[in-house]
Amino acid sequence: MTAGALELVCPAGTPAALRAAVDAGADAVYLGFRDETNARNFPGLNFSREELAGGIAHAAARGAKVLVAINTYPRAGEPGPWLRAVDDAARLGAWAVILADIGLLDYAARSHPGLRRHLSVQASAANPETIGFYHREFGVKRVVLPRVLTVREVARINAAVPVETEVFAFGGMCVMAEGRCLLSSYATGESPNMNGVCSPAGHVRYEDRGGRLVSRLGDFTINVFEEGEPAGYPTLCKGRFRACGRTSYLFEEPTSLDTIRMLPELMKAGVTALKIEGRQRGKAYVAQVVSAFRRAVDAAARGEPAPALGLDPLTEGGRQTTGAYEKGWR
Amino acid sequence: MTAAAKLTLGPLLFNWSADRIRDFYARIADEAPVDTVHLGEAVCSKREPFLREVLPEAAERLDRAGKEVVWSTLALVADGRDAKATRALLDGVDEPVEVNDLTALAMLDGRPAVIGPTVNVYNEGTLAWLAGKGAVRVCLPPELPRQAIAALAGAAGPVELEVFAFGRMPLALSARCYHARAHGLHKDGCQYVCAEDPDGMALETLDGEPFLAVNGIQTLSHAVADLSREADELMRMGVRRFRLSPQAVDMVAVAETWRGLLDGKLDTADARDRIAGLVSFAGLANGYFHGATGAARIA
Repeated sequence: MTAGALELVCPAGTPAALRAAVDAGADAVYLGFRDETNARNFPGLNFSREELAGGIAHAAARGAKVLVAINTYPRAGEPGPWLRAVDDAARLGAWAVILADIGLLDYAARSHPGLRRHLSVQASAANPETIGFYHREFGVKRVVLPRVLTVREVARINAAVPVETEVFAFGGMCVMAEGRCLLSSYATGESPNMNGVCSPAGHVRYEDRGGRLVSRLGDFTINVFEEGEPAGYPTLCKGRFRACGRTSYLFEEPTSLDTIRMLPELMKAGVTALKIEGRQRGKAYVAQVVSAFRRAVDAAARGEPAPALGLDPLTEGGRQTTGAYEKGWR
Repeated sequence: MTAAAKLTLGPLLFNWSADRIRDFYARIADEAPVDTVHLGEAVCSKREPFLREVLPEAAERLDRAGKEVVWSTLALVADGRDAKATRALLDGVDEPVEVNDLTALAMLDGRPAVIGPTVNVYNEGTLAWLAGKGAVRVCLPPELPRQAIAALAGAAGPVELEVFAFGRMPLALSARCYHARAHGLHKDGCQYVCAEDPDGMALETLDGEPFLAVNGIQTLSHAVADLSREADELMRMGVRRFRLSPQAVDMVAVAETWRGLLDGKLDTADARDRIAGLVSFAGLANGYFHGATGAARIA
C-alpha cells in the first residue's frame, strides 16, 4: 500500500472470502452475522461469532481491519438480535460497526461509546446537513455514501462535514436510494430493510415459453429473453418493462458500477475509502477484484495512470457504468 | 368504533396544473371531512416554483375551514437545490412540518415535527429517539406488517401514529428521473413530462400485467393501498390516524367513505365497495399489513 492511498474496503461473505480479500491487499473487510441483521442475508453466507473472531485474528495479523455490517432495521417488538449483534461486534474487537437504524445507532453510542460507528449506505444520508446530523447525534465517524451522488456533490460533502466518506467503487449497483426502497417487498414480501434481502432467490422462477426464457419474481415477470439472448438474474430494478408505449430497461440496464478510471477524481473529492460490493461473491472473484483495485489505488496514489486490470468479464452483462457519479446518468 | 380517529390528506405527489391544484384544495377545504391537509412538494424540487403560486392561498382557505395544515418536505434531498428548497420552506412557515428525509429534521432543530412515510421508523428505539427530537406524529412506512404496527402502537406514548391507508404507495426514490427517461429525456431537460400522468405513469410487465407507477424520481405501487378492512383492527391497536394520499379520483368521496367507516356509520364491506368503485385505474392492495407481498389483496 502506498502512502495517501484510498483505503480499500472489501467484501467478505465467508471466512474464505475474508482470507482471499486480506491476502489480495484489502485494507479492511466488511461482513455480517449469519442472520437478518445484515443486508446480505443470503443462504450459505456470513459469519458465526467464532468465525468473526477467527477473521479478526487473520486480518489483524496482516494489518487489516474488520467492519461488521448490522445494517437492516431492527424488528419492532424483537430488537434482541440487533442489539446482540452490536454487543458481540464490540466484544470480539471489530474495528467498526456499520449501522443504518437511528435506534440502533443510539444504542451503540450509549452502550459502546468506544466502538467506532460508520453510517451504512442503507441510511441513505446524501447531503452535508444529514451527515452532520448523524455525526453530532451519534458520533458517526464515517458515512458510506448513497449511489445517488455526482463526484461534485461528494466533494461538496467532504468540504462541509468532519466525517470520513466511503464510496462504492465496483460491483452491483442500486439505482434507488438505498434503505428507502420497498420494490422487493412489493413483489415478494421480503425487503432489504426488514429481511436483508432484495429480489430473493426463493421467489425467483424461470419459465420456458416456447424457446423464450421468462424470469419471474413472485407473481411478476421481470424479463423475457429471446432464444440465444444471455439471461440474467431477475433483480427487480434491472428488469425490462413497458411504459409509455415502449419496452425498455426503464430503471437500469443490467450493468455494474466500475469507477476504476475515476480514482484520481475521487481522491481529489476528499474521499477516504473505496468500497467493493459483493459479499455474495466467491473467493476467486473477491481475490481478482481486490488485487486489481489494490494496484489501481496504489497507482492513483503515486499519480500514475490506471493500469489495465481485466475486470470487464466480472461485470454484470459485461457492461460497466460510472452510475450517478457522472451527472449524465440522471 | 371510537370517533377519535382522524383523517390526514397526504401531500399531493403528482405534478398537477396550478388550476387543478387550486380547485382540488378549494373543494377539500369546503367539503372533505379530513382533519389535516399536507401541502408542499415531496417528490421533485423542480416542480416547486409552480406550487408557490397556489399553495399559500390553499393554506389560508384550509385554515379558514378549520383544517390543520402541515407542510411536507422533499423525500430525497440530494443536491444543493433540494437542500435550499427545504430550508426555504422551513424558514417560511409557522405551521407544523412533515419530515420526509432526515435533512428536514436536522434543519428543524427541535421544532415539532411530523414524520412522513419515507423516513425509516421500523422499531420502538427509533420512535422513542425521534420523539425526543420533537416528533409528535409518525406516518409509518407502508411495508410494516400488523405485528410491527401493534408493537409500535404499544410503545408510542404521546406520539400519534398514522398509517398509509389509501393511495398508491411510495416504494422507491432515485437520483434518476424515470419519467424523463421513459420519454428519452434527461432529468435536467425533463420538459416536465410527469405532468402528463395525474396518477403516475403505469408500468407493466412484459406479460402486460400492471406492476408499478412512475412519478418522476419516485416509484409507486401500481395498486392503490386500501386498509379499510384493517381499520377496525388498527384502531384497536391504538392507531388513531389514517392517511389518504391524493389521487386523481373523487377524494372528497374517499374521505367521506373513510369518515363513515371510522364513525361506524358504514360497514367494512360497503366502504371497500365504495373505494373500489372510486378507483378505476388500478386494483386495491392490503398485503403488507398481512405480511404478504405489498401487491397482494387479502380478502
